[in-house]
Amino acid sequence: MDPFVTSVIVFVLAIFIGFEVITKVPSALHTPLMSGSNAISGITLVGALMASMNDDFQTLGVILGTLAVVFATINVIGGYVVTNRMLKMFDSRKS
Amino acid sequence: MLNTTLALSPDDIMNLLYLTAAVLFIVGLKLLSSIKTARRGNLISALGMLLACAVTLAKLTGPTLGSLAWIGAAVAVGTICGLLLALKTPMTGMPQMVALLNGFGGIASLLVATADYHGRFARTIQTFGSDALAETKRQFYTQTWVWDSNLAIGLTVLVGGITFTGSLVAFGKLQGLSITPTRPIQFFGQKFLIGLGLLACLALAIAPLVVFESPLTADLSDLVNHAHQFNWFIIAICVISLLLGILLVIGIGGADMPVVVSLLNSYSGIAAAMAGFALRNQALIITGALVGASGIILTNIMCKAMNRSLANVLFGGVGGAPKAGSSSSGKITGTAREMTAEDVAIQLDAASQVIVVPGYGMAVAQAQHGVAELGKALEDRGVTVKYAIHPVAGRMPGHMNVLLAEANVPYEQLCDLEQINPEFEQTDVVLVIGANDVTNPAARHATESPIYGMPILNVDQARSVVVIKRSLNPGFAGIQNELYFQPNCGMLFGDGKAMVNALITALAEI
Repeated sequence: MDPFVTSVIVFVLAIFIGFEVITKVPSALHTPLMSGSNAISGITLVGALMASMNDDFQTLGVILGTLAVVFATINVIGGYVVTNRMLKMFDSRKS
Repeated sequence: MLNTTLALSPDDIMNLLYLTAAVLFIVGLKLLSSIKTARRGNLISALGMLLACAVTLAKLTGPTLGSLAWIGAAVAVGTICGLLLALKTPMTGMPQMVALLNGFGGIASLLVATADYHGRFARTIQTFGSDALAETKRQFYTQTWVWDSNLAIGLTVLVGGITFTGSLVAFGKLQGLSITPTRPIQFFGQKFLIGLGLLACLALAIAPLVVFESPLTADLSDLVNHAHQFNWFIIAICVISLLLGILLVIGIGGADMPVVVSLLNSYSGIAAAMAGFALRNQALIITGALVGASGIILTNIMCKAMNRSLANVLFGGVGGAPKAGSSSSGKITGTAREMTAEDVAIQLDAASQVIVVPGYGMAVAQAQHGVAELGKALEDRGVTVKYAIHPVAGRMPGHMNVLLAEANVPYEQLCDLEQINPEFEQTDVVLVIGANDVTNPAARHATESPIYGMPILNVDQARSVVVIKRSLNPGFAGIQNELYFQPNCGMLFGDGKAMVNALITALAEI
């Protein structure tokens, strides 16, 4: 199968999984949901690492890739940490 | 009997580990369905991210020490910025922070796509400049410039660019920066320009598939020219998409930001998924799709809660200066009744159930701690206290819940629209603080009203309503609130925080 077709299949099925899972999130947790999904959209970091580590190095490529790593890392770290901070507030009264 | 041996290539193993990471993300999101498991879910999701990054780093072969140092430095800078943002931003600033993170996600995907493109470009120039056989060069070209990757690079740049500048404008509006006024800025031909820009970007993204001659038949020198031309296409899409993001969001009013932030959240996911198509990386595709779906669901919830279409939010320009004539549709008669903190305290003390309706004004006045303290004081006096939270209260989905959770309001007391609306009839006092349009009864009956049909909190059905507000100025929709002129409604004029504190003091003196 053409890799493009495989990718489209994966994409479409993932959207359906996303709809199923996310409709179950209560409205009270919508802000943590957004910051949490910010964190996982930092998955671009994977692409950024790949792009900035190509063996054939070109100055522009390194600059673009490195900048991408910076922004994606902010997303990942900022997203997870702030989500945890919020969820801790929701949860603190339980314990 | 098995007559083939199980032989997984390193690439297969890597993809299976990426799949594991994606599963961890999905499980993490699934655990967000309950407060009790949400924090664990976030940790599981973070574990998935760690796995995905570790797999990527392990797979990379032969990175020079120099490049590793670069990457290490970039990760360190990103980590420090991320931590500062996450730990220093006050809870009232969450909408801005999420907007900013959406933008960073968009620009990261844009940069990944351009860096990837540049790598292909550089390798092409190198190969074609070498003395390799013509057939080798041609084969290299066909393998490097695959049509779907070309298209995906263009689309990533388009979505990523719009997400980046759009989010920056949203951030500015939420932060109250003077260069981005919260009122919608619209001009003649804006929609036309946006449409034209979008079409131009799509055309530029598709162009290489259509206008470039097939690499199987084209001259070798033409192939190099194609790569150069593609370069310009990418730059053009980049510039136009960055302008498009600005044009799209400056036309939207401040209180419509919950929709905008949700939509940009979705775009940041779509940009990541498109980058996944460009790099042929399934982890990016799956994860981007999840975030894209999440943002769309939230956008849809927000639009429904305002009874408006997405097109109306994006292009309607709601929230400008109050339109002459629309502010008083003839229905409003009589005067608003002013009350003192002491009057209200007596009412609250005598009530058996009080419902607090918070809105954006509470966030602006930073009054959430006072509200929680007042709620606690009332509970100590045997009053049942509940909080009614409209889906679009505040500047992002779930904004009020986060603020009240910060102030230690028990989660069970926070009620959504469907839960709380049947309860207003049996409620003695409703305390509205910082909310306006979502309490306007005109939404139920005034067919000519711009908010007609919007689901509202039926606070007017309570025995008594007290509104804490600075003045009688109309709310975001530019219309006067009928509620304020009803006989069961009293106004407590002043700053939200100061008034709540006055109520706490007055209550203590009873």
